[in-house]
Amino acid sequence: MNLSIVDTGRVPEHGQLVADSKPSLLLGEHSLCPGCGEPVALRVLLEVLQELDIVGRSIGVVGHGCYGSFVRIMDVDVLQCLHGRAPSCATGIKRMRPDCAVFTLQGDGDMANEGLQEVLHAAARGEKITCVMLNNGVFGDTGGQLTATTVLGQRTKTSIEGRDAELHGYPVPVADLVAKLAGAAYVARAAVNTAGAVAQTKRMLRKAFRCQLEGRGFGLVEILTMCPTGWFVTAPDGPGYLSDSMEKTYPIGELVAP
Amino acid sequence: MSRELLEGSAAIAESAIAAGCRFFAGYPMSPFTGLLENMSQRLPAAGGVCINAESEIEGVNMTLGAAAAGFRAATGSCGQGIALMQEAIAEAALNETPFVVFNMARSQQDYFQCTRGGGWGDYRTITLAPADVPEAVEHTQLAFHLADKHRAPVIVYGDPLIAQTRVGVSIGRRDFGPVPAKDWALDGSTSGTGRSKQVWTWAMGKATEPGPGPDKHWRAIADKFDAIEPLEQRHEQEHCADAETLVVAFGSAGKFVAYVVDELRAEGHKVGWFRPVTLWPFPGPALEAAAASARRVLVFELNAGQMVDDVRLNVPDRRRVQRIGGVSISESGLTYGELMDAPIIRQRILEAVR
Repeated sequence: MNLSIVDTGRVPEHGQLVADSKPSLLLGEHSLCPGCGEPVALRVLLEVLQELDIVGRSIGVVGHGCYGSFVRIMDVDVLQCLHGRAPSCATGIKRMRPDCAVFTLQGDGDMANEGLQEVLHAAARGEKITCVMLNNGVFGDTGGQLTATTVLGQRTKTSIEGRDAELHGYPVPVADLVAKLAGAAYVARAAVNTAGAVAQTKRMLRKAFRCQLEGRGFGLVEILTMCPTGWFVTAPDGPGYLSDSMEKTYPIGELVAP
Repeated sequence: MSRELLEGSAAIAESAIAAGCRFFAGYPMSPFTGLLENMSQRLPAAGGVCINAESEIEGVNMTLGAAAAGFRAATGSCGQGIALMQEAIAEAALNETPFVVFNMARSQQDYFQCTRGGGWGDYRTITLAPADVPEAVEHTQLAFHLADKHRAPVIVYGDPLIAQTRVGVSIGRRDFGPVPAKDWALDGSTSGTGRSKQVWTWAMGKATEPGPGPDKHWRAIADKFDAIEPLEQRHEQEHCADAETLVVAFGSAGKFVAYVVDELRAEGHKVGWFRPVTLWPFPGPALEAAAASARRVLVFELNAGQMVDDVRLNVPDRRRVQRIGGVSISESGLTYGELMDAPIIRQRILEAVR
């Protein structure tokens, strides 16, 4: 079965072409669930690399989660690293190849659970790398369990009645923690649940990479992504659920900017 | 080559830099700390980078990153710190990222975690065990060579005597022959070309150019270690041809044993010694030959009995194998205890002979 995106090549009357149907850095289709926000974030990230004209010196370091499958479809040099360790691996790469644009692609399970100290230390050291955290508040890859960023009240397979602070503790706002560190040059929280939010995500990623290229310091863009499967909602309800739940705990906006 | 009086940690640092090591990251832990300090003071002048990492886990993963970018890189620690690094050492074995790990150990209790691998998956870790500082200088450069030759992490198993003894040594680049070009290294230059690179334990490749995938890749890794096993065995031995008693020991303990056995030989005892220089691959066939005439094979190691397993696997009759070492740690817990002493080793050998 051919699952390719339908590209009619036509722009509707009064319409405006805002993006190519398929960025040239995508080598194939993603295999994630309908309504997932992660492929949207990947697309925006790849477009930013192209727009900044840094593709030929870009190196990605990818952690473990659903987005790990992007290693196969992104036309970027990639180190697929251990769970949580991407900021450290990226540090080693960037220190030895300072002219490269080095970024990590991690989820909330990867960055906030397994590797929280890695991202905090990398930020404190002011490593000139760009970390991208896809935050959907759930372990999508293993089928929907509680992560450190699951918001209060959110139902997961290991918090089936909803996250209860007494039982499960409170969610970890990674961007806010990183923003407190002097080595952080750019910290922002974005989302991909509306067209406007996607455009804003792109602007934030562009700024984060610029900070790296200008040698200003560490950059983090935490992107809230839909996970309808892990949230027990339908795909069309994902964007609304994100606004009503995650965005209340994790406000969108820039926390640190030059 | 001129000789310099250097502490072992400084000599190893200089040797690593001479070998082309340009990245080092580590977390302080005695007696490894001296090597970290020396690298931090000496590596920048050579155009390299040394990071005092916030943890062993971060240190080894930074090293993995630097190595994946194609540079000669190293990390180090000892005991528990090496245990923390094992996940990344296993990962590097499976995604074929070459780097060197200096295990400046407190004693010989890391034999299992060096030779068996403390991490997940079907791999082995090439482990060099120098007996003294000059050999550690040699092994440092050999380790980088073997890592690049086989695209695998390599451990140098040192100890407090090697880390902290001042010895006159010659540093200088050793030539062990050519190594394969690092055409797999990540530099970003293939991004966007449709043939971008990937360093990945699962080796699944890109959608447009599928890789072998985990089953084939991990079989190939296992085959690689099978091929390394007979190829890279190293050992030293003396007085074995007519030895009735053979004493096996590694590292500094091997040097002590050689001294004691040479003395006993001079006194007329039919004793020989055998020192595995590579702990993995273990020089099994050489030990089997050396032990051919021995009525007893004594194993002196400063642990509760770890290398003895490899000795039993390789001597003609494992019933002849006897342990004469044991756990022996100083009061501080940071270095060897009373067993690492020539008179005591002599006494234990003679007791076994009687």
